[in-house]
Formats: sequence, C-alpha cells, structure tokens
Amino acid sequence: MTVLDLTQSFDASFADKVAKESGQDLSLCYQCGNCTAGCPYTFAYDLPVSKVMRALQWGQKDIVLTCKSIWLCATCKTCTTRCPNGIDVARIMDVLRQMSRRQGYAPEKKIKQFQDSFLDSVKKHGRVFELGTMLRFIARSRRLTDLDLGPKTAMKGKLHFRARDICGREEVEKIFARYQEGLDE
Amino acid sequence: MSKDIIIGYYPGCSLEGTAEEYDRSARACCQTLGIQLETIPDWSCCGASPAHCVDHVLSGALSARNLALASKAGMSAVATPCPNCLVNMRTAGRDLEDPETRKRINRLLDTPCEDSVEAISLLQLLVEKVGIEEITSRVTRPLAGLRVACYYGCIMNRPPELMNFDDPENPMAMDRVLEAAGAVAVPFPHKTECCGAAYGVPRKDLVMELSGRILDAAHELKADALVVACPLCQMNLDLRQGQVSAHKGVEYDVPVFYFTQLLGLALGLPDKDLGLNKLAVSPEKFLSKLEREG
Ligand code: SF4
Ligand code: SF4
Repeated sequence: MTVLDLTQSFDASFADKVAKESGQDLSLCYQCGNCTAGCPYTFAYDLPVSKVMRALQWGQKDIVLTCKSIWLCATCKTCTTRCPNGIDVARIMDVLRQMSRRQGYAPEKKIKQFQDSFLDSVKKHGRVFELGTMLRFIARSRRLTDLDLGPKTAMKGKLHFRARDICGREEVEKIFARYQEGLDE
Repeated sequence: MSKDIIIGYYPGCSLEGTAEEYDRSARACCQTLGIQLETIPDWSCCGASPAHCVDHVLSGALSARNLALASKAGMSAVATPCPNCLVNMRTAGRDLEDPETRKRINRLLDTPCEDSVEAISLLQLLVEKVGIEEITSRVTRPLAGLRVACYYGCIMNRPPELMNFDDPENPMAMDRVLEAAGAVAVPFPHKTECCGAAYGVPRKDLVMELSGRILDAAHELKADALVVACPLCQMNLDLRQGQVSAHKGVEYDVPVFYFTQLLGLALGLPDKDLGLNKLAVSPEKFLSKLEREG
C-alpha cells in the first residue's frame, strides 16, 4: 500500500486560485458522489470527478493538474446540473484544464493536438475549415485517422477543399494575438 | 401568422460544412412557419469547445464579436441551431455581465461588445415563437405514426440556470415538435447522455462507447429513426455509425435525422430543401415506410 503524505503536497494557494478563476466555493462539496455517478466519462477517467473535487480541497496540485480526467471531460455539464450544492463542477474542470495547459501538461496529447489544430484554423480563416483542421491534426500527431470517412463525406458533397475566409478574418486573428500578448506579459 | 418574425441567425461553422442539411432544412422550416432568419453579417467561429478548454476570456471574446455584430445589425435576439454555439454565446453573455470580465473580453476585441444580445436555440424559437399548435396546423404530410427517438444531446438544456429552457433531465420540446409532425416520440432514456462530443478524431474509442450506448437504446426501442438537434451528435451517430457497428459487432441501421428535416417533411417541403441525400445512413427505409403508411 502506498501511503501519501497529503500535508507535504498541500498547496493552499492552488485551491484558492481555482476557486477564484472558476468563481466556485470548493468547500461546499461534501462528497456525495452525484457528479461521478452521472459523468458519462467515469469509465475512462483515472480520477473520478468527485475525487478531483476532493483532491482540490486538499490542495493537491500535482495530482489534479496531471490527471487525464480533466482532459477527457467533455463539458457535458451533467455534474453541474446534478450537484446538490450548486457547484459549477464543469466550470472547475474547464479551469483545471486551462491551468494544466498553461503549465505545459498534456497527458492526453492527441486531445490537445486536436484542440490546437481546430483553433489554428479559426485563427487563420475566422471560421473552422474542417478539412484543414484534419490535415493539421494529422501533421501534428503523425497519425492518419478516419480515412474511411473521407470518401463518405466527399460523396455527399460535404467535403470542402478550400477555406472560405471571412471579411473580418484579421479581427479574429487579432483576438488570438492579443490573448497571447496577455499571456506573455 | 399575420406578420413574419424577424430574428438574428447564427449558423455556426458545421452548418457550412458537414451539417449543410441542418442549415438548409432549418431555413426552409422557418420560412414556411413565418420566421425570417437574418444571418449575422460576417459572423465568425465561436471557438466551439477547444476555445473554452484554453481560456474563458478567449472563448468569451470569440462569441462577443458575434454578439456585437448582431447588436450593431439591430437584432434583439439570435437563434442558433447548434447547441455548442448556443452554450458559448450564453456563457459569453453571462460573463459579459461581470464588469471585470467584460473589460478583459473587450480588451481582445477591435469593437467592444457593449450590449449583449439574447441567444436562443432554434428549437426554442420554434416551440416558443411559433408554438406547437401552429406547427400542428401547418402539417400537411404527417409522419404517420413512425417511431422516433428524440436525442437532445448533453448541453442543449444544461445547466438549467444558464440555458433556461425545457427540462435538463427529461427535455420534451423536440418530442412535442415531432408529435406535432405526426410521429410517435418514444420515451427515450438516453435523451441527454453524451455522444462522445468532439473526441471522434483524437479518442475514437470514447465515441464508439458513448454513441454505441445511444444506438443500442434506439435499437432496443425499435425506433425507426433517431432525431437530433446538434451537428456533432449527428456526425457521431450517423457518419460514424458504421465505425460503431464494426467496433461493437452489431449491425446498426438507424437513420439519424435533424429534427428540422423531419419537420420539413411533415410540412410538405420539397426534398431539395431538406438534404435527405446528405445522410450517411440511408433514410430509404424510413421514407418508404412513410409512403406506405401515409
Ligand atoms: S462536465 Fe465533465 S466532469 Fe462533468 S459530467 Fe460531464 S464529462 Fe463529467
Ligand atoms: S455532486 Fe457536488 S457535492 Fe456531490 S461530490 Fe460532486 S461536487 Fe461534491
């Protein structure tokens, strides 16, 4: 049995930061488990969502920011809807993912690569160009995927080979640039 | 209806690509039902889920650009067919109410978003602005008792404080629309279960499992079709149905329609307005049953 010394790894400022960024009171969670029971991704999580909440209360920064669960959460908001204490659990998961990202963790690499490819496309064209997103993902992950779907979508006339940039393309690009500047400051 | 209702329209990126038939059928249904949709000029992507996974202010700014454009165009409300776009617009609207967050969002924009515009789902628009009674009276070609399973997806009504429409656990709006169209809406326990969302590309296994559960349930209930209101749900259940079949070793054969396609059929709209030929799983069986019984 591994014995964890939680007092060693307790980081109160981390819990405070999550509370502030998400606007949620973490101490309200009394571990009823409703969020975990309703979460459709529990089968794939390494840490069920109620345990993420517990680890947060205990200020376990490393455990929380490196777990796969925060990357697998699809923001379906079942947890938020069913929490008897009105905690917006999904918003907390979102904030954790954002922190985990900023600190360079990505235990689910392909998910991060997909998100990045998607946002690159938005930044470049103002709207998502589906084929471009796929090609970027393939280049990033060095992995071919969904080859069976290509012909299917093409046959239905749904596969567009060219992006249609919007007029305000540069405005959108600037949203991303200003966001990045804010991070670099 | 005597006078057309004019309302802002935000299609969202999928509706220009893999979900063209949703766009086409939505526009056609609205036109027939006396709703004039006015597309937000030069709208941009709301960032879908990747943006809020990265940062709430970034995500808020991407939606705020569209809300500002809508407000500038004099629109008092914006309807969107895509639940993910809807959630983003609603969340942005709420975040903009906080003066500090508003400042942070506006700092990213060329034109600051001053007054937020209300966002509603296309489904809500039809149910509340047109009404079930009116829809019923417009049906010329009822769906003759065909059994449909209405699948709302996870976020259309969640959380209730934010979405403010229908029931978060057992939504009924789509069921009522389909019943008005003459179908039998079977009580579908998987209405709000997640289909695997955007993980089809990076983690296909998750979509196989979660969409598999929904297809199983529809299959067990002997539904003639699944009916959806989300481009991503439709893609997972329809386009990926072959993959799920192979993964689970079960041969599914459930057509997956957008609710606007079936409503359009019942309203007697021509095929070209409904894009039925764009579906991956053939709707033939459903359509021939309709002919036989209709
Ligand atoms: S929002 Fe995330 S954690 Fe909450 S129930 Fe959905 S997938 Fe699970
Ligand atoms: S549902 Fe709410 S109170 Fe219950 S364990 Fe989850 S977060 Fe805690």
